[in-house]
Amino acid sequence: MLGLGVDRLQADINRLLTSLFHQGVLDEQFLQLQQLQDETSPTFVYDVINIYFDESEKLLRSLRLLLMDREFSDYKKIGLHLNQLVGSSSSIGARRVRNVCVAFRSASELNNRPGCLRGLEVVEHEYHYLKNMMHELFQLEQQRLLAAGVRYPM
Amino acid sequence: MADEVPSLAESKLTALVVDDNFVNQTMHHKLLDRLGIQNDVVCNGQEAVDVHCSGRNYDLILMDMEMPILNGIQATKRLREMGIESKIAGVTTRANEGDKKEFMEAGLNDFQEKPLTISKLLSILHRLDFYVQT
Repeated sequence: MLGLGVDRLQADINRLLTSLFHQGVLDEQFLQLQQLQDETSPTFVYDVINIYFDESEKLLRSLRLLLMDREFSDYKKIGLHLNQLVGSSSSIGARRVRNVCVAFRSASELNNRPGCLRGLEVVEHEYHYLKNMMHELFQLEQQRLLAAGVRYPM
Repeated sequence: MADEVPSLAESKLTALVVDDNFVNQTMHHKLLDRLGIQNDVVCNGQEAVDVHCSGRNYDLILMDMEMPILNGIQATKRLREMGIESKIAGVTTRANEGDKKEFMEAGLNDFQEKPLTISKLLSILHRLDFYVQT
């Protein structure tokens, strides 16, 4: 019975990941991230994704503050923040977030403020979708680990 | 996959990760760890220069291009001016041909586009003669 719980949860995890790959939310770089998790760093994926969330939210807040300022003209700073977001999104395999950041960056390079505002909204939307999906994944993983831990010794 | 990754621990290689992005720092540190390469991490080109001024030396430097205070191009030039002969591999997510040429001319031994993976890192090590692929 307990084994079936673990198997069912693993199937749910696999289904969620397949869906995220199919939607283009994640790409093969996420598999690289998973492959780096080992016995010396058993929570590596969780740790890296949380670093990504912390850093991304600081950058997104800064981008919003910059663009909400009526006197705003520092497109170079927007570009620097977006380079960071593109880089870290690429590193964890967050393909859709990366792609919308690239589009946003193009608007900033043209000093296109309305384009930047739209770009920011799209990035925020994609980022929050990714974050929700990752939380769901981690919850399933945690349930799976708990279910696997509740086993009577053979 | 973890079982197929070669270990270079016996070669006692050392590396320095130079990147201002915490996600990349963590990933690159782990990639090198996985290959058995002892490594340190600094946040920008100035810190890379400072760590060499303090007497540390590394076989390999993974140098990001765009960083605050001192970028990868400037840091590479400075290290070469200091006589540092370590192999330096430039890594960046964004490089047009002009940027890449400027980065290489600063004194790089190799260049790789991010995101880094185990196989890209092994390619760097192979091209820089640290690792023979079998």
